[in-house]
Order: sequence, then C-alpha cells, then structure tokens
Amino acid sequence: MKLIIAIIKPFKLEEVKTALAEIGVEGMTVTEVKGFGRQKGHTEIYRGSEYTVDFLPKVKIEIGVADDVVAKAVAAIIKSAKTGKIGDGKVFVLAVEDVIRIRTDERGEAAL
Amino acid sequence: MHTPQRILRYCLFACLAGLLSLTAVAQTPPAAAPAAAAPAAPTTDERLAALEAYVNNGDPGKTLTGVAGPGHNGWMMTSAALVLFMTLPGLALFYGGLVRRKNVLSVLAQCLGITGLVTILWWAFGYSLVFGSSFNSPYFGGTEYFFLKGVTSAPNTNYAYWVSQNVFSMYQMMFAIITPALIVGAIAERMKFGAILAFVTVWMFVVYFPLAHMVWGSSGLMNGVWNGDAKIPAIDFAGGTVVHMSSGWSALILCIILGPRLGFGKEKMAPHSMVLCMVGTGMLWVGWYGFNAGSAVAADGVAANAFMTTTLATAVAAFTWGAIERIFRGHASILGFCSGAVAGLVVITPACGFVDSTGAVIIGVLAAVVPYIFCTKVKAMFGYDDALDTFGVHAVGGTLGALLTGFLATASVNANLTGAPATKNGLAKLVTDGGLWLAQLKAIGLTLVLAVVATVVIAYLVKFTLGLRPTEEVERQGLDINEHGEEGYAS
Repeated sequence: MKLIIAIIKPFKLEEVKTALAEIGVEGMTVTEVKGFGRQKGHTEIYRGSEYTVDFLPKVKIEIGVADDVVAKAVAAIIKSAKTGKIGDGKVFVLAVEDVIRIRTDERGEAAL
Repeated sequence: MHTPQRILRYCLFACLAGLLSLTAVAQTPPAAAPAAAAPAAPTTDERLAALEAYVNNGDPGKTLTGVAGPGHNGWMMTSAALVLFMTLPGLALFYGGLVRRKNVLSVLAQCLGITGLVTILWWAFGYSLVFGSSFNSPYFGGTEYFFLKGVTSAPNTNYAYWVSQNVFSMYQMMFAIITPALIVGAIAERMKFGAILAFVTVWMFVVYFPLAHMVWGSSGLMNGVWNGDAKIPAIDFAGGTVVHMSSGWSALILCIILGPRLGFGKEKMAPHSMVLCMVGTGMLWVGWYGFNAGSAVAADGVAANAFMTTTLATAVAAFTWGAIERIFRGHASILGFCSGAVAGLVVITPACGFVDSTGAVIIGVLAAVVPYIFCTKVKAMFGYDDALDTFGVHAVGGTLGALLTGFLATASVNANLTGAPATKNGLAKLVTDGGLWLAQLKAIGLTLVLAVVATVVIAYLVKFTLGLRPTEEVERQGLDINEHGEEGYAS
C-alpha cells in the first residue's frame, strides 16, 4: 500500500479528481495549503511598502492506494494536473504500514 | 339619493369653508393689545426685502429675525449628516481595511470612541470656545455657549443669517470629530485605546479649539474673509489648516514619539482588505460634499462652486495617482486610486469655495504628485512608521492646499473675498493684487508650530502617565482581542 500526496494548482483539482475517479480511486482528502518551490512568489506594493509574497495557494491531495494501482494513479494525476508551466506541483509516494477502517475494524488493503 | 360626486362636492365645499374661516381668524388683529405697545407692522417692502435676503443668503433685517431659512437649514442638516458619514463609517473603513486583520476592530473602536468623546467635549466647552465671542479674542471664543446654553433653532448671525444655531453647532462638531480621528491612521496597530482618548482630549483643547477659532471664529486671528480685524488675512474654506494640517502634523510627531510597529520593515504589514478600504474611500468622497460645499453654511452659489471644484479635483487626483503608478510601477492599484481621491479631497478643501474649475484641475494634478512623492519616497527615506499615511496625505495635502489657495483664489467665484471685512483687513487687496500666498504661508507656519509643539508636550504627558503602547505580547496578538475583547472576523 502507498500514500500518494500530490501538491497541485488549485484550479486543477476538478480535473485530477475526475481522472482518479475514472481509474477507480474511491476516496481522497483535500487540503488548501500554501507553499513555494521553483515558482517562488510575487511582489505586492502598497503605496511605499513593498512585500514579497513567498507562499502561493496550492491544493494538497492525499490518497491511499493498493500497490497495483500506484502507477496508474500517479500517471492520472500527472496527466490531469500538468499545464507545462512552472508551479504545476509535485507528487510524493510514501510507503504505508497499515490502514484501518474505523467503522468495521478492517485492516490492510481491505480497508482502502 | 346622494351620488358619490355630490358627496365629494360637499366635502370640497366644507374644506374650502374651513380654510377661509381659518384665514379670517389669522387675519384678526389681537383686539386687546394696547396701541402704544404694538410694534409698527413691517411694510410690504420690508417683508419682500427679507424674502430677497433669504434667496441671496443676506441679512433679513428685523422682519424675519430669529427664523431659520428652510433651504439653507435643510442643506446644513444634510451636510452635517454627510460629514459624520465621513467618519462613521467612511474613515473607519478606509483605515480599517488598511490594517492587518487582527487590528481592524481597534480602528473602528478608535473612530467610535473619538466620536462620542468629542461630542461630549463639544457640548460642554468646545462649541463655545470656538464660536462664542465673550472673550473677544483672536485665539479663543467665549464662555456664553458652554453646555450649548442658548444654542437654539434661531440663527447665530455672526455665522449665518439663515441656519439654526443648533444645526450650525452640530455641523461644526462633525469637523471636530473627524480631525482627531484622522490622527489614528499614523499610530494604527500599536497605541493603547485609553492613551488615544487621553491624547485626543487634551489635544482638542490645546490645538483644535483655538485653531478653529483663529480660522473660523468671528474674531479669529486668521479669519480673513469675515473678521475685519484679522491680523493674518488668510483664507481656509473648509479646513486645510484646521483639519488636515493640524491632524497630519500632529500625527507625524505622535507616530515618531510612539515608535514603529513591532516588526516594521521586516514583516509583511499589507492591508487585510482593499475592498473595505475602497468602500470607505467612496463614502469619504460622498461625505466630503457636506464637508466642502456645506462649508458655505448656506445652499448658495458659493456652495455650488465648492461642489463642482471638489468633484473635479478629486477625480483628477485619483486618476493622476493611478496613472503615475501605471507609468512607474506597471500597475494602477486600488490603493493608488483611493489615495489619489483622498489626497484630492484634502488639497481642494481649503480652496474649494475660492477657486474656479481651472484652479480645481490644477489642484487635482498636484494633489496626486506631491503626496505620492511623500508617501512613497520621503517616508522610506526617513523611516518613520506613518502606518496609513496620515502625514503623507493629510499634512502634506493640507499644507499644499493652503498654499495653492493663496495662488488660485479668485473673487470671481466668491465675492466675500472682496467684501467689507476683507477690504478692512487687507485680504481684498491681496486677492486682487497678488501676495495672498504670503498670508497663507503665515497661517501655515502658525498651524504647523502649534500642532508640532502641542503634540510633543501632550504625547510625553500621556507617555509618562498612562503609557502610550500596549505590551509587546498584546501588540503581537493584536489589539482587537486584547483591548476590545472581540474579533473582527470569526475564524
């Protein structure tokens, strides 16, 4: 099992969600986050004061998937979130030790 | 049978009969009055002259003494409400939008607190000290109107033939309210609420009341238009010196004594809502018609001219500030347009009733250029934390406006510039022959010195008694939850 964390541009969320649903991913957790990578921020000027805004708004998606789905899911995210411009985001894939469905006490891939 | 039409006819007849009998009663002379005590009835000519005086905003003579003119009175009540609207919520939102979200309520509280405080001071002493005459002094009014005693609906003919004195006093009170509220901009986000109210209380007595009397009081030192004995025959239509210079220069001194906000120059202190700021600016602009056109204290031709010049200067200044930003920085910002509008309003204030449309446009352009330089370059050069640019806009704008009035004032839009008092004190000669700017410069110097010296003294007085600043922890957390026990935005 793996946990896929994807940081994407906020306006790409709908496309990514649809792409994941098409390959059978049934759930996800979405958070509005701020951050920066190579894109850096932008500058705001208020009369005489100039501020650099480092942290840009992004969306973080977290999904837990079975090992045989990982490659497909990552490919779907990359395809649907890509604009080709700087600031498209990143995908992290992490190993998961265990998963428990709270309602039924199921464990492992059965709980996904 | 009575048809509806017949019933209607009966009713009309009854009404007419009633009206006629009422007129008959009204025309019946008081029979019991002894002939010797009865004043001579005014002639038709006298009554007509009084009505003409109403239309011309002149002296009604004895026929209509003690009567307010409905048109003038109506406009002044409207204007008073408009000037209050400038503070609540105009200025409160303009400033409130520019601070960080943790301090938005502190600005609103300061505006509300000052409104209540100054109203009490004005009722008890302020109006009398500014517009009374018992001291017969160029610096202070008098004691006769303490607690607004004797301030009734009858006009005070020292100031207006046709406006009720109670309306006049409330109108002038709105100026007394917004002036200290302007100071809040320079010291935003870092001064204790109690310290602000204490500072304002003393400041009103030491700076505002005497200055307002000097400029607008019937025996005022610098009241060139109405005081034939004015030593400095300067002019200030709606408060360039009294309101904007006094508050702006005091704001600069107070913000220097207070010190910068924690993290100033290192942390981001961007406005938390440019939307609120813009809403407030629009309200200030609308309210300013009461401030400027209302300063004619009549619904007359001078007010009409002030209405036009205010509009022209403000729109031109807003556009020019935006254009400067677009050319030199690439973006015309909302804050730029708003700053330009307010600067235009400030600079036209002393001039609005004395300059024509051309003068107003010249003022509009300069109102954007000069304060722009002060807000962006000069402030950065000296490093003082005038948080919301009260100095850059109001002190610089007020000073600029007072000076430009000296060059652009013309009797063609305001005959009072060459009226009897102006002829006596030399103003008329300065207006026609040139040289008014020197008298204006004297008024500027006096205002500047009074505001600066008084603020230094009062600020240290408050600093060593109450203390000026909240604790570091309070300032970091924000004034809203600590000083007012509320949050601006539920999270």
